[in-house]
Amino acid sequence: MNLTMPLRFTSVAAILAANAAYAETTITIATVNNGDMIRMQGLTEDFTSKNPDIKLEWVTLEENVLRQRVTQDIAAKGGQFDVMTIGTYEVPIWAKQDWLVSLEDLPAEWDKDDILPAIRGGLTVNDNLYAAPFYGESSMVMYRKDLMADAGMEMPEAPTWDQIAKAAEAMTDKEKGIYGICLRGKAGWGENMAFLSAMANSYGARWFDENWTPQFDTEEWAATLNTYMDLMNNYGPPGASTNGFNENLSLFQQGKCGMWIDATVAASFVTNPTDSTVAEHVGFALAPDNGLGKRGNWLWAWSLAIPAGSDATEEAKKFVAWATSKEYTALVAENEGWANVPPGTRTSLYENEEYKKVPFAEMTLNSINSADPTNPTVDPVPYTGVQFVAIPEFAGIATQVGQEFSAALAGQQSVEEALEKAQALTADEMEAAGY
Amino acid sequence: MARSVTTQRKIINTAAAWGIGFLIFFPILWTILTSFKTEATAIADPPVFLAFDWTLENYEVVLERSNYARFLWNSVFIAGGSTLLGLIIAIPAAWSMAFVPSRRTKDILLWMLSTKMLPAVGVLYPIYLIFIKMGLLDSRIGLTVVLMLINLPIIVWMLYTYFREIPGEILEASRMDGATLKDEILYVLTPMAVPGIASTLLLNFILAWNEAFWTLNLTAAKAAPLTAFIASYSSPEGLFYAKLSAASTMAIAPILILGWFSQKQLVRGLTFGAVK
Repeated sequence: MNLTMPLRFTSVAAILAANAAYAETTITIATVNNGDMIRMQGLTEDFTSKNPDIKLEWVTLEENVLRQRVTQDIAAKGGQFDVMTIGTYEVPIWAKQDWLVSLEDLPAEWDKDDILPAIRGGLTVNDNLYAAPFYGESSMVMYRKDLMADAGMEMPEAPTWDQIAKAAEAMTDKEKGIYGICLRGKAGWGENMAFLSAMANSYGARWFDENWTPQFDTEEWAATLNTYMDLMNNYGPPGASTNGFNENLSLFQQGKCGMWIDATVAASFVTNPTDSTVAEHVGFALAPDNGLGKRGNWLWAWSLAIPAGSDATEEAKKFVAWATSKEYTALVAENEGWANVPPGTRTSLYENEEYKKVPFAEMTLNSINSADPTNPTVDPVPYTGVQFVAIPEFAGIATQVGQEFSAALAGQQSVEEALEKAQALTADEMEAAGY
Repeated sequence: MARSVTTQRKIINTAAAWGIGFLIFFPILWTILTSFKTEATAIADPPVFLAFDWTLENYEVVLERSNYARFLWNSVFIAGGSTLLGLIIAIPAAWSMAFVPSRRTKDILLWMLSTKMLPAVGVLYPIYLIFIKMGLLDSRIGLTVVLMLINLPIIVWMLYTYFREIPGEILEASRMDGATLKDEILYVLTPMAVPGIASTLLLNFILAWNEAFWTLNLTAAKAAPLTAFIASYSSPEGLFYAKLSAASTMAIAPILILGWFSQKQLVRGLTFGAVK
């Protein structure tokens, strides 16, 4: 009896100790269904084998649903998610609300200084990094080299809007179903307004002056919108007012667009021979300018952040550090090839000799480097963000403005009417918001 | 002559019925067809109807990427649980309203229905906060209760309408024979109202199965049903139509099969009392 009691105690203690050693922490990761994210889900065994005490749960949602869902959870401190995929628009706004955990204490080997300065700047608030970029993107011109050659033209590496208009005219052959240029027309702050805000920068237009007065009544905005309408009405595909990224991707892949100015991440899709009928004919150029020193390209980074309500912050940091590390890049390259590594985040990636061979690598880097979120347009502005204004009110306002511009593209109103309405509604909303 | 007109009309009516039926069913058919295409064929212009290389690749990808069984089980649990719970509460409620109405019964019925007129998003935040406090976020139990409450007015209304068709004298007779209230509801009323209860059950199961607002907003990883499974296949950057169609087909298949086998009860339930 005397012997069995200690033995029992020892066994129970051993079992408890064993359980403690293998106590699993589950971290829930909310993400969008983009190719790079899905690839990451497929490679997480590398992480879980190195961290057997951490279990990963994935919640994949459509972009707008995800944004609404995580905002709701973070604002109510629901603690449903430990890691979230968010963009450069949310990071500064949420960081200022103290909704995000600072990532300044990620391990030294994670190498913060290796992150591209333009991307890092967009994710830093008060010298604190609040999100780790998973992949970064800008926008650029993707064009058909064969159609340009047929027209006897050559695309400059850094074209102007005039040159784009001439190229669009030369490549358009509506009888054959080929349209010189495909651009976003679908209403939304992340759809047509992302493109038009970036394009407006190259015309010297801005959303607000230094006193937060809306600027849609300026000549610069009129020039931007008139050029856009001319391009789309003369050389664009029919029904363009409902075209977003995916619709244009599909048109370009089917050989119906001479040019497409959109996210750099599209480069890997349009050059993929499995899905694209024009894979071998695609060339790249910087987004156009208008001789004012600013190009019409945007800057965006899908990033991993940790909400302040998470009860597994340390484990979440381990995951974020793994997913955005140089080692992860190497892991993707080993498994899926260099063309499929998440682009646009690290300087070291663009110094890699193997990656330099990827046809769109250099143009992606140059596009990212030519966007400056703190100084997006010609004149000074009171906000940060290239294709957005990093204030909470922007998403709502820009979606309404986008609807006016989309209606103009659909022929329901004139450019002047659309700009007048945009000016009035933005002024109202900003006044109501207390600016 | 009259006979030939009737035949002609019959043909026209039948053709029109089939035409309308096909038109209504077409989006589902197109989804099913798209699920067997490649992403490139799914977006082909002009669209390809049947002459394409059929592939099961999308189903393979979807099954590999998502834990379909877990989503399915959550859907079955939440839809089934909320319907059964709703019936347990609604049968006595509808009985009292149908057989022992008070002066305010009509008002109560209308008030119950009026809760359906409030947009769901209007109460999202309070419910979310209650769920946080009670630890019910991302739990099947929490979602079951919410869906039951949301569908309860419809269940009560449907049962009330069926119960009203049953002559009160039969219940009186059972009381004369010494039946207690429990006996009366369980052994007399319920067996007579089985078709009505069955169609209510089916309709509410379908409503709960398809509910996509609360199921998306109150779940994360553990309790997410098939609605969340579908939502995970839409992408802002990249083509996804074929895989989304495969996910949708897998999500609607169980309810489509259930609907197919129970269509008689469903039609009877929905048209009950329509013609008097």
